[in-house]
Amino acid sequence: MRKASQLGELRLSGVSRAYGGHLALHPLDLTIRGGEFVALLGPSGCGKTTALNCLAGLLPLTSGEITMDGRRVDTLAPEKRGFGMVFQNYALFPHLTVRANVAFGLKMRRVSKAETRRRVDDVLDLVRLREHAHKHPGQLSGGQQQRVSIARAIVMEPPLVLMDEPLSNLDAALRLSMRSEIRRIHQEFGLTTIYVTHDQEEALSLADRLVVLHAGQVSQIGTPAELYEHPADAHVAAFMGYRNLLTLDLTAVEAAEAVAEGRGLKVRGTVVGGVRPRPGDTATVAIRPEDLRVAEGDEQPIAEATAEIVEYHGRVLHVEAVTAHGDRLHLRSAGTVRPGDALRVAVDAERALVFTDADTAALDDAPTAGGVS
Amino acid sequence: MTVSAVARPAATKLALRHRLAERGVDRTLLLILPGALAVLALFCYPFLYGLQLSFQPTKGGFLGAYRAFFSDPFARKSIWSTFSLAIPASLINVGASVPISYRMRREFRGKRLLLAVLVVPITLGTVLTAEGILEFYGPAGWFNRTLHWLGLADSPVHLTMNYTGVLLSLIISGFPFSYLLTHSYLSGIHPSLEKAAATLGAGWWQRFRYVTFPLLLPGLMTTFCLSFVMAFAVFPSALMVGDPDGKTHVISIEVYQAALERFDYVQGCADAMIMTALMLAVLAALTGLRARLYSGATGGKG
Repeated sequence: MRKASQLGELRLSGVSRAYGGHLALHPLDLTIRGGEFVALLGPSGCGKTTALNCLAGLLPLTSGEITMDGRRVDTLAPEKRGFGMVFQNYALFPHLTVRANVAFGLKMRRVSKAETRRRVDDVLDLVRLREHAHKHPGQLSGGQQQRVSIARAIVMEPPLVLMDEPLSNLDAALRLSMRSEIRRIHQEFGLTTIYVTHDQEEALSLADRLVVLHAGQVSQIGTPAELYEHPADAHVAAFMGYRNLLTLDLTAVEAAEAVAEGRGLKVRGTVVGGVRPRPGDTATVAIRPEDLRVAEGDEQPIAEATAEIVEYHGRVLHVEAVTAHGDRLHLRSAGTVRPGDALRVAVDAERALVFTDADTAALDDAPTAGGVS
Repeated sequence: MTVSAVARPAATKLALRHRLAERGVDRTLLLILPGALAVLALFCYPFLYGLQLSFQPTKGGFLGAYRAFFSDPFARKSIWSTFSLAIPASLINVGASVPISYRMRREFRGKRLLLAVLVVPITLGTVLTAEGILEFYGPAGWFNRTLHWLGLADSPVHLTMNYTGVLLSLIISGFPFSYLLTHSYLSGIHPSLEKAAATLGAGWWQRFRYVTFPLLLPGLMTTFCLSFVMAFAVFPSALMVGDPDGKTHVISIEVYQAALERFDYVQGCADAMIMTALMLAVLAALTGLRARLYSGATGGKG
């Protein structure tokens, strides 16, 4: 069963939200096509949940407008928008059974008893919870509660489903299986979904398109492949698994490449971004741990470092090494490395990205979580 | 050798606490013993003493005092007077608490001031409240003078020395308790539940009717019980701003007059027992009703 989406196009133009003098969400322009799965990705406090609440109508906009197939919706109360929403804490009604929870929206819209029963049964089959229909939410596991909350949001066949970090309260194994479940439901029901998360792996694997937010502003919008291969700035790079972020000075700029030096490091990398940097500029060099390796033979190393932490990860070792000046480098090694070993570390120039954006000085609040592996 | 000698007593000590815990015995609870003794001495003993005394009237046999109460129409009517004050007062207190605490969940300018105004009457005490009502709402009080000045009333409106005065006093002193209780019950309901209901198409009334109210109802019934118990035992205000020989001749006044004006201790005890039985009957009915409602968690996670 693959249904067609009920939504043609959802357009956000200049949507922004301020709290007092603080702009939590800078004017956001985004057009979402029917059937799309869009993820809003960013660290906590980046404005992604604010954006979602603005869409749901739970927060009024400070400025801008939202139109759905040409019809303005941002002036409607949340109960008039007819969007489905899945909350981070599920927000199931504890005094109602699973069936009554799922039927709630249909009851509010005065759908007939027989029709309600049929639609609730269909949706409960879809989330595989038919046999739990008579239970109360308190009797269900976290994953089951999560599926009830998805069922409750989609039973109305809403034109748009909003999900606010729906997997963040689940354990790792359940998160993986629920992830594919969400993708399956999205496709089978022909939904248009906006999904908020701080987990880049979740966003990359689920979404057709990602919107990376940083400090209330859009850093980049693109497909998972575009973001993964060509991050637009250091913030996006940090999210896309570029765990080594080194702030260095440029000493030479050639066609597409630049040489950055400092604190005993010397890296030849690829320049990213429209602005051409000049020697003397400060730049952030981003390298994925899997691209950083122990230098072979007479290869020119970027630095010499001492292995400090070595983690066993099956075929490769994850190594954390420290340079003489205290920079931490994360790299992979197929060969044996022991803590305390002196390493000569190398990277290919096309695998080291050089960002010269002005705002990279604020990288301290970028995530330092592990890369996409 | 020494190691095992030291380890063994520690092991048995742990085991004792463990054994007690497994039988559901918590030794820390022994700390309530002094309090329990005080309750026994100052409440249970007088109560039981009064109970046995009520069965020893000078005439009429074993149940003579009870018979005397129910055969005297004036005494009998005090039951009706008490209920007709306690039930409306509790309903008004609980009913007014709901919308006010609903609004007070949000942040707004002047919230602390409003909270203080709502809660301050707790500190006044019934006698002071009654005095205030007499002064303010009396025939020559500010309220009537203002009405007269505005030309809204030709003769003073009678708000004191009758049923209305006592009801007002019960609301003024009982509302803060109801409000504080309702407010805490309401803040236990996760705000995301109402948001979820809103995204599912429920307007404000439906959100209240189908989500908040069912989750709040057990708490409201507890609040009603407490408010009712307080109002049922009304005494000073019924005497001071009421009409103690007529409409507000409540059961506690009947008890007082029997015991301390007619010095018929047995009759006083019997009346007090009747009062207790009536109160317990209402509480039992409400608790029974409450047990049939949903009473689980009211958090967002269900």
